[in-house]
Amino acid sequence: MTKANINKIVKSIVITGNGTNCEVEMAHACRLAGSDVVDIVHISELLHGEKRLDDYHFLNLPGGFLDGDDLGSAKAGANRILHATIRGTEEKLYDQMTRFIRDGKLILGVCNGFQLLVKLGLLPGFDGDYLTQTVTLSFNDSGRFEDRWVHLAVNQESPCIYTRGTKYLYLPVRHGEGKFIVRDPSVLARLHKEGRIVLQYSGADDGAPTMTYPANPNGAIDAIAGICNDTGRIFGLMPHPEAYLHRTNHPRWTREDLPEMGMGLIIFQNAVDFIRSQLI
Amino acid sequence: FSHEELTKVAAGPLSDAVIQHYVIDGGLANNFDWLHEVGFRPGVTDNVGKTAREAMELLLGRSPDRTFSVHTSRQYLLRGTLGREEAERIAANLLANDLIERYEVIPRQDWDTGKGMAPFIPRVTGSEQIRTEEIDLDVNEEALSAISNERVLALTLEEMQILRDYLRDPAVREERKKVGLGAMITDGELECLAQTWSEHCKHKIFNAIIIYDGGDGHTETIDSLFKTCIKGSTQQIREKMGAKDWCLSVFVDNAGVIRFNENYSLVFKVETHNSPSALDPYGGALTGIVGVNRDPFGTGYGAKLIFNTDVFCFAPPDYDKTLPKRILHPRRIYEGVREGVEHGGNKSGIPTINGCLVFDERFLGKPLVYCGTGGIMPAMIQGKPTHTKEICPGDLVVMTGGRIGKDGIHGATFSSEELHEGSPVTAVQIGDPITQKKMTDFLLKARDLGLYRCITDNGAGGLSSSVGETAQLSGGCDLDLKCAPLKYPGLNPWEILISESQERMTLAIDPVRIDAFLALAAKMGVEATVLGKYTDSGFFHVRYGNQTVAYLRMDFLHNGLPQMNLRARWAPPRREEPAFPPPADMGQALKEMLSRLNICSKESVVRQYDHEVQGGSVVKPLVGSMNDGPSDAAVIRPLLDTYEGIVVANGICPRYSDIDAYHMAACAIDEAVRNAIATGASLDHLAGLDNFCWCDPVQSEKTPDGEYKLAQLVRANKAVFDYTIAYGVPCISGKDSMKNDYAIDNTKISIPPTLLFSVIGKIADVRQAVTMDAKRAGDIVYVLGETRNEMGASEWFALHGYVGNTCPRVDAEKAKRLYTALARAIGKGLVASCHDCSDGGLGVALAETAFAGGLGMEIDLDRVPQEGIDRDDYLLFSESQSRFVATVSPDHQKEFEEILRGEDSNMSPIAFDAVGEITASPFLSLRGTTGEILMRESIADLKAAWQKTLSF
Repeated sequence: MTKANINKIVKSIVITGNGTNCEVEMAHACRLAGSDVVDIVHISELLHGEKRLDDYHFLNLPGGFLDGDDLGSAKAGANRILHATIRGTEEKLYDQMTRFIRDGKLILGVCNGFQLLVKLGLLPGFDGDYLTQTVTLSFNDSGRFEDRWVHLAVNQESPCIYTRGTKYLYLPVRHGEGKFIVRDPSVLARLHKEGRIVLQYSGADDGAPTMTYPANPNGAIDAIAGICNDTGRIFGLMPHPEAYLHRTNHPRWTREDLPEMGMGLIIFQNAVDFIRSQLI
Repeated sequence: FSHEELTKVAAGPLSDAVIQHYVIDGGLANNFDWLHEVGFRPGVTDNVGKTAREAMELLLGRSPDRTFSVHTSRQYLLRGTLGREEAERIAANLLANDLIERYEVIPRQDWDTGKGMAPFIPRVTGSEQIRTEEIDLDVNEEALSAISNERVLALTLEEMQILRDYLRDPAVREERKKVGLGAMITDGELECLAQTWSEHCKHKIFNAIIIYDGGDGHTETIDSLFKTCIKGSTQQIREKMGAKDWCLSVFVDNAGVIRFNENYSLVFKVETHNSPSALDPYGGALTGIVGVNRDPFGTGYGAKLIFNTDVFCFAPPDYDKTLPKRILHPRRIYEGVREGVEHGGNKSGIPTINGCLVFDERFLGKPLVYCGTGGIMPAMIQGKPTHTKEICPGDLVVMTGGRIGKDGIHGATFSSEELHEGSPVTAVQIGDPITQKKMTDFLLKARDLGLYRCITDNGAGGLSSSVGETAQLSGGCDLDLKCAPLKYPGLNPWEILISESQERMTLAIDPVRIDAFLALAAKMGVEATVLGKYTDSGFFHVRYGNQTVAYLRMDFLHNGLPQMNLRARWAPPRREEPAFPPPADMGQALKEMLSRLNICSKESVVRQYDHEVQGGSVVKPLVGSMNDGPSDAAVIRPLLDTYEGIVVANGICPRYSDIDAYHMAACAIDEAVRNAIATGASLDHLAGLDNFCWCDPVQSEKTPDGEYKLAQLVRANKAVFDYTIAYGVPCISGKDSMKNDYAIDNTKISIPPTLLFSVIGKIADVRQAVTMDAKRAGDIVYVLGETRNEMGASEWFALHGYVGNTCPRVDAEKAKRLYTALARAIGKGLVASCHDCSDGGLGVALAETAFAGGLGMEIDLDRVPQEGIDRDDYLLFSESQSRFVATVSPDHQKEFEEILRGEDSNMSPIAFDAVGEITASPFLSLRGTTGEILMRESIADLKAAWQKTLSF
């Protein structure tokens, strides 16, 4: 392999530990999407300095129940990233994360990973402020954890690099705390204006965003299912793209003609393609 | 804490700035009439408190040494005109479970928002002085029995006498003297023996010598039902498989192990957690699921957990009669169990791929909470097979995971008796799935690095069982309980020894690897502690520091209990034959059937379980055009880079026990197998688990019908023997729970004898799986298998208040031929949909196939293969076994029929026929045997009837 090619290696990291549980399929998605290196890294390896975010291009924060979501979804997990130091240094894990963002690298948070991004303040991250929480994800209107597939309308005006070339997605949600809420109306207005609302729960037929249960499974304001930062490189969503990588994952694969590749894979392919063409 | 620190904590991890407020040392509540505060009692696991403490340590830079504790409670604000008594009742009966929670009720006028609620710290007050008590067993019979009762040992007089005699042995006295023990038994020894010899751990009834009177003049002696019927059948099946035998480890470990492919093995176990779930449905059920998780995890060299399957048996949630003492309302049990298993399963990241709910009023006495878990492990790790266990003398005993508290003391003995007035509170625990997840993440890494030699779980009986059992591999142990990490001080040695505190595994570790093991544990934030070592001394030796607290011969501990001798007498019950006319409106009758608790949609429960995590979901519990049809079995792909898959299904039909437990068991086995076949499995690679839940079958004053109940057990076991051999589906593991009775005051409630049969199979290519929903208009509808006049204990009879006398019987020879042919047809891709006929029979299966597919059907009942039926309602609702509704495209009709007809003309043909067609018009239309239209109902109406019952 020539030196130029070595530099073209796309490296993805999938963080796990303390209750994360979708790391295997998230890593599988990265591999299928063509990432050359995919490491599932336990957070203790980061905190012991054995692995560093700096060595990767694509940071995946998978679903799960960080610390049981005991203090509210991903709250204790966010606390850890903000305050835990890397062993033998003064550096916080959060410092590595902000550096990762500054370098223009990609972060994808799914479900609990999205909750984590939001509670850290990384999303929506207005004006480069990645510490102030302006939105949240809270208990579903139904008061229940639910596993169901949802239709998603993709915002064509969004800067999100992960959803390029897609208009519509069909993916499962599996959460009890997915209701998107904003701090105040100005936050919502700005999210709309800047095209940060990437995904909205929609009806099956017309593709229009809906507030009707169960098409909108949690009562999220303006049917928001996923948002991104201003560069479109940090993306969080409640539905699980890594749960639909093959047609047999689809709930009706035994009765519909479906392509072999699952619809969720495009998110990861876009990320890997972006890294290959723009970052390395 | 300084105020600044508290503010930092409150504004940081403890609140969400976007939607929450906080206050320090004050109250937030206002605008209410009554305030209810509910918090945990001392010693009850408080997961939120624990996470908050960890977050605070990190935020404030405190060392994680538990110098402070955090406790949580919830406040409920009620508005409305309520008296004190009503408010108290709401607290006691709805908001708090008195057993594990305390509450306070405050009216508006007594509330000061500035001051708020005074904090309550649930501190455990343990013994001031750690001590080991000695108990004199050289006493009379009455006193021996009293010792067993007072200490919740659940040991019989005969067993107590064996203990007494052991201690009288001069050789025993001599060896005890050497370790500083006298002639009296220690509390640690007594408790340890009670755990090890409990019905729960020892399965005394299944291992008993039973004289069985068949009621037909024949009497036989059975030397252990477990050995003859369960293990015996598996052995025969394995011998017949010969070189093809894919069983790897059966009945010797925490779970059964079979081959998946050359490189991987599958592990499967189902357990029950009935007694704790009766007292605290949430905690009991949560502990049930995270407890069974540890079985496959602690099998062989340890398996990664890949699925859960749960079956719950409850009394009807709309029960409106007076509740017997200490019994919670069935709706509360239903919600609590559902939520407990939800939290345990979802938070552990294990998909709940299927399950079922069964209703019968007798489950009021004890609900049945069956939790099953499967795992996968590499067939070899570091050059060694993973399905076996070994320990060498000198290996260290290491406990890892959670700490030990008083929770779960006497769990094993308590579940070995009926629910009574004095059932202990400490027997209930609340699991912590995240502590367990952290532990399993760590141990899988340690496994792949080869850092331990042997692994097992701490379940019933705690360390006394986990170390006591594994010590058999080396020949003894030397354990120091003083090393054990405790949740709080004040536990006596015997309590440490038998505590069933959750989330703990016990390992045997080669001393040369211990440093690496402990370092990895520390890095991953998991506690691990050396408690002693395995020896070949022949003794179960337990110390507290230098003081010996137990010193028992290994052989006595494990083999000192003689077999029980029991009698069983079978007399078939005779019941009134029903007499009611066929319904005037068959459509209405079908809708009534679809609404019945045992038939209706369970979607509201299913959706609350994550059935897709790990990414390998293939056939989900809900299928069809609207994702809401009831699938027969689950299919998953445990390895994402291959199409090889696993099929999992269950069979359970307790109602048939009212007629004959033999047929109950046969039908449960058939139901599990046919569910799996319907979805794409074949009999070639299908293994079973037997899980018996019985009411006490030992004849005694409190159980005057024990001989009959034991005869039911014998008959059920005979069916397991007969049908597993007939199908070639070996049992690889199982479990029994024998005391599912309630007895307080003069009320006795016994559950109907219940066998849950679960199967796990390999499916070569998941793309061949079939779902139950009708696919296309124009497809031909087939009924496969024969419908007979077997209405006894059917849902149709139950609807009319009858049981009857003729329950379904399984003709295994015919069924096997059908299953083999059908599996071939499905494998060839000839079958569009396939649905098994179970509760509610053909009528329900046809309706479900139609509405799940969003399509109609035109059916001619005259073409349904049947024998001895002269009523259309019987034809529709008979629950004859081994039947399916299948739909086939006209393109495949010829080939499909050829396969089912078979080539062997010597065999009697498989009963099947084309009975109609799938239609685009959304109506289920049935032509009766007279040739008239019997009913025509819109599939939307049928589905609505099916969905309404449990849609809360």
